[in-house]
Amino acid sequence: MQRVNQTLGRIPPWLIYGIAAFPPVWFFWLGLNGGLGVEPIKELEHRLGELALQVLIATLAIRPLREWTHVNLLKLRRSLGVVTFAYVSLHLLVWLVLDVQILSEIWADIVKRPYITVGMAGFILMIPMVVTSNNLSLRKLGPKKWRRLHRLMYPVCVLAGLHFVMLTKGFQFEPLIYLALILVLLAARVPWNLGRATA
Amino acid sequence: MAGRYKSDLKWSDVTPKADWINRRQLMAGSGALALGSTAGPAVASLGAQKTDWGAGLEPNTVEEITTYNNYYEFGTDKGDPAMHAHALTTEPWSIEIDGLVDQPGSYGLEDILKSVTLEERIYRLRCVERWSMVVPWVGFELADLLAMAGVQPSAKYVAFETALRPDEMPGVSYPIIDWPYKEGLRLDEAMHPLTIMATGLYDEPMPNQNGAPIRLVVPWKYGYKSIKSVVRISLVEEQPPTAWNNYSANEYGFYSNVNPDRDHPRWSQKYERRVGGGLFAKQEPTLFMNGYADEVGSLYAGMDLIENH
Repeated sequence: MQRVNQTLGRIPPWLIYGIAAFPPVWFFWLGLNGGLGVEPIKELEHRLGELALQVLIATLAIRPLREWTHVNLLKLRRSLGVVTFAYVSLHLLVWLVLDVQILSEIWADIVKRPYITVGMAGFILMIPMVVTSNNLSLRKLGPKKWRRLHRLMYPVCVLAGLHFVMLTKGFQFEPLIYLALILVLLAARVPWNLGRATA
Repeated sequence: MAGRYKSDLKWSDVTPKADWINRRQLMAGSGALALGSTAGPAVASLGAQKTDWGAGLEPNTVEEITTYNNYYEFGTDKGDPAMHAHALTTEPWSIEIDGLVDQPGSYGLEDILKSVTLEERIYRLRCVERWSMVVPWVGFELADLLAMAGVQPSAKYVAFETALRPDEMPGVSYPIIDWPYKEGLRLDEAMHPLTIMATGLYDEPMPNQNGAPIRLVVPWKYGYKSIKSVVRISLVEEQPPTAWNNYSANEYGFYSNVNPDRDHPRWSQKYERRVGGGLFAKQEPTLFMNGYADEVGSLYAGMDLIENH
């Protein structure tokens, strides 16, 4: 197990970023060439949003995974967080530029539509984390403060899950499954057993 | 009864069939497969009577119309109906007409078609989700069908029901809405000459994913009012329950007339986007009554259309 963890720990961030760049480029290329169907804007927006949610959940799963299986991916966590932010930014950009297009409509949507308000709140809460996702910030803030700041992940995950649930038409299972996963991974962090401390 | 409506648009403005068939052949294998039960080139044309209805409108291509559908009985993704609707048995088909009519009973589709004239009607379609299309429907006026059954004077509303076939419709195993799908119109809306029962598009039989073999089309209302694969029509005295209104009355009103001034609580209805414009398609302003205000405005004289949305 230790060897597995050492190998995984040696994956450099640039490799993760390099791999992570593929799906959005691929989706965009598909959108340009008819591969996303006859209404590619919505499809691109939804695919990027779903991708962001999946990486967000993967990031959130890293610590419970270590506790349950001893697979330690903590070293990848920061890079995955940055990847999530990049995907969310692209999702937002597609919504702004390709989908809604009209400035007054964008603002009206943000303030009047709860699911968009919730999504935007999640995006804004990610900004302090991505800005401090470098070693210099970690040193400056000190590990305690840095870790406390990065607990913003928890509200971000809940907001992201809600954002998806709130935008569907009719009763649909898929967004509820994502939200349930998020809640389970958050619940795993609560020190249910008061005798056992959790970091 | 045909030909009551006239407009400047000529049937020659529709994308020529040779063109859209060529486009289909150009598509990659997966795309072509996704067309599902779309009528192939071998299918005989319906020979619908040409009308000039649809001034200035350029219809969407057949692949746009048949691969981007909301038909939740076959799944909630836009591509699901094209993939799954082939399982729907459309022959034989009959519509149960009951309630406040002189001749209630089961009306076979073949018999209905013998006594109506099929017309081509090029209509705008505006979905509540802010996308739109233009579809060259083939059908006949609902008023003609209601006349066959004989509407009694006490009837005030018309209720419709979609087929519910768990063996053929994978989507109905999920409680997305309360199945079967139901819709309703006020009697004067149902009798309006714009309101048609469509049995085809592009002069060919209706593809299953578009509501085969027979569906309602009410062009001035959001798309979900135009109920698909109709098996039952009831003439009633009270406003009937409808599927999306039951699910969320604040979001989906009984009338559901296209109205840019009445937002859906979760999104604005001021703009729409025509399907088929690619990745950089522009938003277009949504028209009051979907552009049919001149024809249907009088139906709603004196009504508060924000409250009665």
